[in-house]
Amino acid sequence: MRQRGPGPAPAPAPADQGRAASVRVIAEELRGVRGPLLPVLHEVVATLGFVHEDDVPVIAEVLNLSRADVHGVVTFYHDFRRTPPADHRVSLCRGEACQARGAEQTYAVAADRWSASPDVEVAEVFCLGNCALGPAGTIDGILHGRLSPERLAGLTDGWPR
Amino acid sequence: MTTVWVPCDAASLSVGADEVADRLTAAGVTVRRNGSRGMLWLEPLVEVETPRGRVGYAGVSPADVPALLAGALAPTEQCVGVVDEHPWLAAQHRVSFARVGVIEPTDLAAYRELGGLRGLERALNLSPEQVVAEVTASGLRGRGGAGFPAGIKWETVRTASADVKFVCCNADEGDSGTFADRMLIEGDPFTLVEGMAISAVAVGATEGYVYLRSEYPHAVRTLRRAIDIAYAHGVLGESVLGSGRRFDLDVRVGAGAYICGEETSMLESLEGRRGEVRAKPPIPALEGLFGRPTVVNNVLTLASVPMILADGGEAYAALGTGRSRGTQVFQLAGNVARGGIVEADFGISLGELVEGFGGGTASGRPVKAVQVGGPLGAYLPPERFDLPLDYEAFTDAGAMVGHGGVVVWDDTMDAARMARFAMEFCVKESCGKCTPCRIGSTRGVEVLDRIRAAQDDGVRRTQLVLLEDLCTTMTKGSLCAMGGLTPMPVRSALEHFPEDFGLPAPTTEGVRP
Repeated sequence: MRQRGPGPAPAPAPADQGRAASVRVIAEELRGVRGPLLPVLHEVVATLGFVHEDDVPVIAEVLNLSRADVHGVVTFYHDFRRTPPADHRVSLCRGEACQARGAEQTYAVAADRWSASPDVEVAEVFCLGNCALGPAGTIDGILHGRLSPERLAGLTDGWPR
Repeated sequence: MTTVWVPCDAASLSVGADEVADRLTAAGVTVRRNGSRGMLWLEPLVEVETPRGRVGYAGVSPADVPALLAGALAPTEQCVGVVDEHPWLAAQHRVSFARVGVIEPTDLAAYRELGGLRGLERALNLSPEQVVAEVTASGLRGRGGAGFPAGIKWETVRTASADVKFVCCNADEGDSGTFADRMLIEGDPFTLVEGMAISAVAVGATEGYVYLRSEYPHAVRTLRRAIDIAYAHGVLGESVLGSGRRFDLDVRVGAGAYICGEETSMLESLEGRRGEVRAKPPIPALEGLFGRPTVVNNVLTLASVPMILADGGEAYAALGTGRSRGTQVFQLAGNVARGGIVEADFGISLGELVEGFGGGTASGRPVKAVQVGGPLGAYLPPERFDLPLDYEAFTDAGAMVGHGGVVVWDDTMDAARMARFAMEFCVKESCGKCTPCRIGSTRGVEVLDRIRAAQDDGVRRTQLVLLEDLCTTMTKGSLCAMGGLTPMPVRSALEHFPEDFGLPAPTTEGVRP
């Protein structure tokens, strides 16, 4: 998922010892499954919010991969974000089916509304599988259908601007 | 005590089904959760059990609950009558989707009661050759888009020798306008589990993986629960239904890369690498996951298998038309009045789907175009609504059936903008391995921008020559269908809607001057 917002987020602070230990535990627990790298990265994002640059050598060591291998995978997939998440996240579908129902307008309004906000991320996604009830999107991870600028405003009432 | 069914399908949840279920539970009603019937324009479609059958109420909100329970909605338009008798459902032929929306998704007893596991039981009493022969006789072709005969693929894996073989289900349903894989997994996951177990028995595989998109968290949860239940009841594990044959099944979650719906890219991803496509040969049936013989099939392909084994390949082959046998699960989406799942025999016309089932556009404006087969499929005008849904007929028309998704557009659509979007999407989602796709798509965006901005006809014509050249290069030179098919929406948009590109409208014969 690509982000619209106030430009690239500042690089996260160096990871602390505790984080490295958590990442090691995750990697060691999943080391035994076939093709463990994606499951490990998913678990790191789920528990620690994002993949820190300093996580890469830890994972590489546990899984007996090169750092380049791990870095290559982290950067290939949209899900493996490398910066801490904002407080709120709006992901709006821009696939054809949602576009046919006016998704572009909703997306433009959202991107514009939160373009300067450090607290809200607006991301585009391509298909959430809710193509007959579009425009679709997720708001803080919850799937919604039949979105419009008005409905989005109602669902995000009280959020920082 | 009243029993009320409220769908737990993600589409239904996206328009408030959970809130309705909570309100019903608070009112002391027994609430059961089914998948969705696929009549998505009616969601949340709540069904009340009555002696006549389950009576449906459309678009129920939490505020409607008191009136619903008091019977006050029965005389209103919200009441759609007995759902099983609804004309929209009655006109379909539900085979793969027979149980979706009817049962609780992870109720194994209900699954058995409605014919589940008969296919697997029969398969275990046949030799692997006979199981593959049934699938071959059924004429089943891959539902992911390529339409490759499933029986031939299975036979290749069966006759290959290796220490371990795999069955992989491609559930990376990334095409916009498609959601049948998701709805099957959320509504009747045991059908997929059974189909994969049959495949494993047929080819001698002991391990299976379902590669499921991270955009489908509800499907991931439901499938994982179904797999746990299947293990607990001996459907999976060291002795499948007591046969002594082992089959282990696991779910792997994708990570937001469209390209991982391409089978070799999916295998790379399953192995823990960047989802870059592999050159073929070697084909995955011989050197697939971790270099071992691997069946890779789409969700709907595998979900067709239990019925084929239960009732015999001939019964399935009796449905459909030409070389497209059986049923296809079509998905009506976009700007359509009645969107949802239409499972029908191959051969139904595009117009029957879009106007008959779909009821035209949701906006009430005329249909301008439909895109069939996802983002890489062709845009077709209403003049082509006579086309039968059949792999060969679509190929001959410069289009594809793909995964059966149909996205409807009204007359406000700008075909040139959508042609540009097709190239832009390819820029964003190309894996980058081959040049025609990686670079061609960027050049395609630029050329289309110049065409759309062209003030004089000379510039436009020159750029159109370049676009055509580029499309040929991408089609012929790309490693996989991503780059190879991106020109399809572009060329079809140009062919059928030249006026959007600043060219004269097509003549009555549909030929561009």
